[in-house]
Amino acid sequence: MRRYLRVLTPLLIMVMAVMLSGCSGQYLVLDPKGPIGESQRDLIYISAILCAVILVPVLIMTAVIVWRYRENNKKVAYKPKWEHSTKLETLVWGVPTVIIIILAAFTIKYTYDLEPSKAIASEHEPVTIEVTSLDWKWLFTYPDEGIATVNYLKFPEGVPIRFHLTSDQAMNSFWIPQLGGQIYTMSGMAMTLYLQADEAGEYYGSGANFTGEDFSKMTFKADAVSNEDYNAWVQQVKSSSPELTMDGYHKLAEKGTSDEQSFSSFPKGLFQQIVMQYMNGSDMPMHHGNSESAGSDKDMGDMDMDGMDKDMDMGSSEHANH
Amino acid sequence: MFGTFFITGDPLILGAQVSIGLVSLAAIFIVTYFKKWKWLWTEWITTVDHKKIGIMYILAAILMLFRGGVDALLIRTQLALPHLEFLHAGHYNAIFTTHGVIMILFMAMPFMFGLFNIAVPLQIGARDVAYPYLNSLSFWLFFIGAMLFNISFVIGGSPDAGWLAYPPLSELSGSPGIGQNFYIWGIQISGIGSLASGINFVATILKMRAPGMKLMRMPMFTWSVLASSLTIMFAFPILTVTMAMLFLDRFLGAHFFTLDGGGNPMMYVNLIWMWGHPEVYIVILPAFGIFSDIVSTFAKKKLFGYKSMVFALMSISILSFFTWLHHFFTMGSGADVNAFFAITTMVIAIPTGVKVFNWLFTLYKGRINFSQPMLWTIAFIPCFVIGGMTGVMLAVAPADFQFHNSYFLIAHFHQVLIGGVVFGYFAGMYYWWPKMFGFKLDEKIGKWAFWFWNIGFYVCFMPQYALGLMGMTRRFNNYDTDLGWLPLNIVSTVGAFIMGLGFLFQIWQIVYSLRNHKKEKTGDAWDGRSLEWSIPSPAPMYNFARLPQVSSQDEWWEEKERRAAGVPVEPAQPLEPIHMPKNSGIPFIASIFWFIFGFGLVWDWLWMAIPGFIGIVVTLFARSFSFDTDYYIPVDEVRRSEEAALKGAK
Repeated sequence: MRRYLRVLTPLLIMVMAVMLSGCSGQYLVLDPKGPIGESQRDLIYISAILCAVILVPVLIMTAVIVWRYRENNKKVAYKPKWEHSTKLETLVWGVPTVIIIILAAFTIKYTYDLEPSKAIASEHEPVTIEVTSLDWKWLFTYPDEGIATVNYLKFPEGVPIRFHLTSDQAMNSFWIPQLGGQIYTMSGMAMTLYLQADEAGEYYGSGANFTGEDFSKMTFKADAVSNEDYNAWVQQVKSSSPELTMDGYHKLAEKGTSDEQSFSSFPKGLFQQIVMQYMNGSDMPMHHGNSESAGSDKDMGDMDMDGMDKDMDMGSSEHANH
Repeated sequence: MFGTFFITGDPLILGAQVSIGLVSLAAIFIVTYFKKWKWLWTEWITTVDHKKIGIMYILAAILMLFRGGVDALLIRTQLALPHLEFLHAGHYNAIFTTHGVIMILFMAMPFMFGLFNIAVPLQIGARDVAYPYLNSLSFWLFFIGAMLFNISFVIGGSPDAGWLAYPPLSELSGSPGIGQNFYIWGIQISGIGSLASGINFVATILKMRAPGMKLMRMPMFTWSVLASSLTIMFAFPILTVTMAMLFLDRFLGAHFFTLDGGGNPMMYVNLIWMWGHPEVYIVILPAFGIFSDIVSTFAKKKLFGYKSMVFALMSISILSFFTWLHHFFTMGSGADVNAFFAITTMVIAIPTGVKVFNWLFTLYKGRINFSQPMLWTIAFIPCFVIGGMTGVMLAVAPADFQFHNSYFLIAHFHQVLIGGVVFGYFAGMYYWWPKMFGFKLDEKIGKWAFWFWNIGFYVCFMPQYALGLMGMTRRFNNYDTDLGWLPLNIVSTVGAFIMGLGFLFQIWQIVYSLRNHKKEKTGDAWDGRSLEWSIPSPAPMYNFARLPQVSSQDEWWEEKERRAAGVPVEPAQPLEPIHMPKNSGIPFIASIFWFIFGFGLVWDWLWMAIPGFIGIVVTLFARSFSFDTDYYIPVDEVRRSEEAALKGAK
């Protein structure tokens, strides 16, 4: 028995090591390309190190104690009645408490710093992109540019992107690991998430919350490009892509998957209508923490975008302080 | 109406249907052939004996471990290679849903209740639980709920909205099929049983302890059962109400969690985790108790820091109710709320860490014997500590935005649930097996099982941490190769199959030991410390001929020391007739009516549900008006049985 294990264990460890080293650089979460993702990576390292302060000694202690006090080792002390030591008890309650206090301090600081609806400090005006998760595809609408895409995102590098997010039907989660953490998309609510790509590149994005049958096909590309390329792309979409009509949207919202698509225009206030469509019978939209819904005007089609953004930002800062 | 009744067309499911049919026929044939129907009815189905109910619970749990394990292997097979056409998306979704529900509710819970039943009354020197009839009813409600959930696989279609079934996906709009109804009623019926068990064990521990056994003299396992049962009492009503609301949404068009009419799916997510988070502590606390008893027994040493351990258990039980939101930090609750729940979650790590240190200090300067229960305990410590640490990392709310729903999370909770709960219950099973059946399970085959499980575990789940950091999210049934996920997925699948081998070795171990074993005659298989080891194995139906007088922690150990030191034994009290509960068929019959009721509601067949409901009410009345529910075992019979046990021991 033991003979086989002695051969088997190192073999398995070696295989695993090879497998792991074979794919370095693929650790998207640890290889961030934007300020949010970088802070989160730092925090992951901080928490891992703090945990290791406890973990490593415990693992060593376990191995040493279990080996040293094995039954047939009669050379070591045996104290069957030893059951209390105030010193040790203080230590085992005290040390973890201190570690947790340190970790809690970091956590609180970062929780407020990285609150998803908090704007990223930048000299550039943020670009707004509205995200709608559908069954089973992503619709991205660009309210300022008036264009829309499906399963494909493009935005300028070095500029904060303000995502407003909602869902039509099932609850999903919008995640671009290399730019930063995810946030849920929920029907009847609009969430806000700020992200930024510091360098150009094509980033992997996906839905992270299960939404049914073809959930695994809800991956998308997030393409960060230079400002010029971005503007050229917007012009190109505007001139060459078809329009997204309301009927077109309803068709898109039906259950099914989709390839990448782009649209030169979309119905005004589409995002607000998607958020508000479930609100019949109640005047007030859902409010939930820092995520602000789209305002309370009944006539969403005529909604003024700038006014809405101002509402949202004011709302966020108010919420962050209460 | 019957068009969708049987699932057809899928070869895997067809195979399952055929094999379920064949196995049922074979079982009926064997029982009839050996003329065992009467025995089955009088000895097992109608029993109110906590020891037999415990064995039935564990048997059911092993069966469900098999079913949930097959689900797991199917999942891992599908993920071994990208774009494999092994399971189509709908089928894959159903399988991970049933895997989760079965492993938590129909494997971990009954395994836990089985161990409660077997050990608690014996540890506290009681003759049964406080409510033996309710205990039987609890078992049958659990069993019938599990069966109702399981038949969805071949009849009507399995639920496929994830193990916690978030709306709107689980509402009629997202899941129009009846799978979700099976989910609701399977969980609902077994949940009532779980709640009743929780109440039963709180009452048992508080009221049925032997004279002299103060709370602070209870074995640590009994403490952990008290902590867990109290948690059940406060958590399970939330589950019942949540499931009832989801049912009303689907059945009557209520708007609790729908999008229209003012409903809010987030309320469901909050409610389900207000149950769901305490639930994971419900299953892990008893494992802590098992490990505590085992380390002191197998290191032949008093448990280090008893008071600390009790305080840690109880504080975990309370804190577990204040952490539920960490399951959805990414739902935008705002920094204040996230910070609060991040910290409450981290705080739980303190008492948990204290327990680990105290186990290590118990081993320190001990004489450690590496029998099977101890092996699993030793494997548990590093595994659980690593799992706990990744749990703390997940609790760091802003970092969780990157971990949430990724394989990092999957690896974490499997590490604490397998490394903690499953290893713990296995340790408990090996530990109390001689008490249940009067012999030990084979050591050699057990070691094979142990190593396969352990190596398999690390090979399966360590790569999943990496996959999470590589951006792989849970519940994908397909993935592209360009993200480099392929090699680690292959490794992980290999690991899963190694664990599967471990399970097969355990089955072989049980079968082998049933046929080749040495009878364990002393009743004290491991040189134990608590009262269950002071009586013969298996325990006589009345447990203790004379109720023990308790004067210390580790009462049986102290008693053995007193005897060795030649302290004069007090003359035994004369035997008295023993008051016992009578067997009853009502719990089983009631559970059949619950099945009819549940099945009717699953299909929306009121013609079936209403008679089922009437049947339930009739069984309640039948019980209320039956007065012949107890009897006395005469002194002669007790004396005969005690003498026989004594002779056996020599």
